[in-house]
Amino acid sequence: MPDKLISLPAAAALIPDGASLSLGGFTTQRHPMALVYELIRRRRRDLYLFGHSPGGDWDMLIGAGCVKRVELAYEADEAFNTVGPRWRRAVERGQIEWEDYSNFAMVSRFTAGALGLPFMPIRSLLGSDVLAREALTPEQRAADPRTPAKKAAVIESPFNPGERLVLVPAIHTEFAVLHVQKASPQGTIRLEGQTFADVQQALCAEVVIVTAEEIVDDAELRREPERNPLPYFAVQHVCHVPWGAHPYAVFNYYDYDPRQLKLYHESAEDEAAYAAYLEQFISGVRDHAGYLAAVGGAARLEGLRADPAYGYRPDLKRRRLDP
Amino acid sequence: MTTPAFSLTELMAVAAAREIADGEVVFAGTGLPMLASMLAQRAHAPQCCLIFEAGTAASQLAHLPMSVGDPRVMRGAAMAAGLFEVFSYGLQAGRVDVGFLSGAQVDRFGNINSTAIGADPRRPKVRFSGSGGACDIACLARRTVIIARHEKRRFPEQVDYITSPGWLRGGASRQAAGLRWGGPAAVVTTLGVMRFRPDTHAMYLASFHPGLTAPAVAAETGFALDLDEAVETPVPTAEELRILRDVVDPERVFLQ
Repeated sequence: MPDKLISLPAAAALIPDGASLSLGGFTTQRHPMALVYELIRRRRRDLYLFGHSPGGDWDMLIGAGCVKRVELAYEADEAFNTVGPRWRRAVERGQIEWEDYSNFAMVSRFTAGALGLPFMPIRSLLGSDVLAREALTPEQRAADPRTPAKKAAVIESPFNPGERLVLVPAIHTEFAVLHVQKASPQGTIRLEGQTFADVQQALCAEVVIVTAEEIVDDAELRREPERNPLPYFAVQHVCHVPWGAHPYAVFNYYDYDPRQLKLYHESAEDEAAYAAYLEQFISGVRDHAGYLAAVGGAARLEGLRADPAYGYRPDLKRRRLDP
Repeated sequence: MTTPAFSLTELMAVAAAREIADGEVVFAGTGLPMLASMLAQRAHAPQCCLIFEAGTAASQLAHLPMSVGDPRVMRGAAMAAGLFEVFSYGLQAGRVDVGFLSGAQVDRFGNINSTAIGADPRRPKVRFSGSGGACDIACLARRTVIIARHEKRRFPEQVDYITSPGWLRGGASRQAAGLRWGGPAAVVTTLGVMRFRPDTHAMYLASFHPGLTAPAVAAETGFALDLDEAVETPVPTAEELRILRDVVDPERVFLQ
């Protein structure tokens, strides 16, 4: 079986300007941040993002000017910030094109793509403006063949007249990027904890890039195949990236970094401070090792390492942080 | 004036917790609903099942999560999977008894806006996070409890955008839209607790918080609020306060 290991810069170089992609994880956990930083360093433009509940992964890309269009349900870091500051500004200033769905609608759309079906029926959205109103204009939809012609459609069940269902269109992306706990060089992966929608996002993408905390022997992962949610043939590229989701958590590996998240969200409320954040941590450093050094290196990171009995850091201080 | 024995956040968390009955399946979001559901689990509803939308069921939380995708929700969980499993097998199949919601605007029929302020959502004056799972919870939980900051501008006659459908235009309009069950049961706010009339589904004041009056709540509401049955909100017990302060949130992540 071919070895799929490549470097993180080589993986980022595969994603061109204008590409459609989805990123794994959910609000504060398991986003492929190291790859996000590399896309920002490479000044990618006009990306088309599909997601359910992204957080700072999208917020940083949007703020750095990398994104043209998004389809999503939510963009924020929950209790760390109830709205993504750069997302909010980009919408209010008309700098981005977007379409609103709900989490269930978006994960159903990824699932339809993964199943090879054109749409998925759901019972949600009825009566809401998420269904009734479209943020993308018909002209914007027509201008990009990757955008469905309609946001959603309402049907009556053919088996039970009078029962209404909403059809949401399948998603197919050119790329999906996941950050996982373990992967083999051949592309077998192990997810620990919540899977979010990573599996469906991978299975509706043409090219799947996996960044992993640990690279382990394929035979080791094959000893417990029931814990491996994706077959190796669905994964094209594997990168070894320890601390690859920082400042977000990776269950069983490390917790989120409340000090870095506070700094990000405070900086992102102000133009100059945001530019300084990008320069200090992302654009102004060469690579992910440079990023990890800039956020404080081992002294900072060791304080986030998970307690094996919990899978997170039970003594982590999350409020009233020291400067 | 004496110092109150409990804070507003504590009063609201207790009022919200009392909306959860023992044995119920609860879809809980970040913030006050987490305080309420952890408290319920340790007080009057030890058999309630907490589902977090990022993919876990039946967590036995040891530390307060700051996100529904927090590694902390894995603690003691009976199942860990993804969004599709909990939304489809849980919510859509009708297995969730109560879901918690919040938003920037709430109207008299319990419709909620957490998307954008302004007449045209394509050119919003203020943009928020968006639905997340809120619209799905509003459509598919057997009932919902809404948490909100109570100010006149946040309680308009009609919300600017229905992110999460409540009773829509009242009466039977929710069913007419195709929603087969569910709807808001209570609104726990910074001023009181509201409920909905069984026929019109219009909001009425069930209780006002200690130190306030029913007319004071009405004055902060942008639509006519029936005050006839309003009583004072029951205060937290010493045991509820002990659990909240010492067990649920000793770090004061959300408690104030």
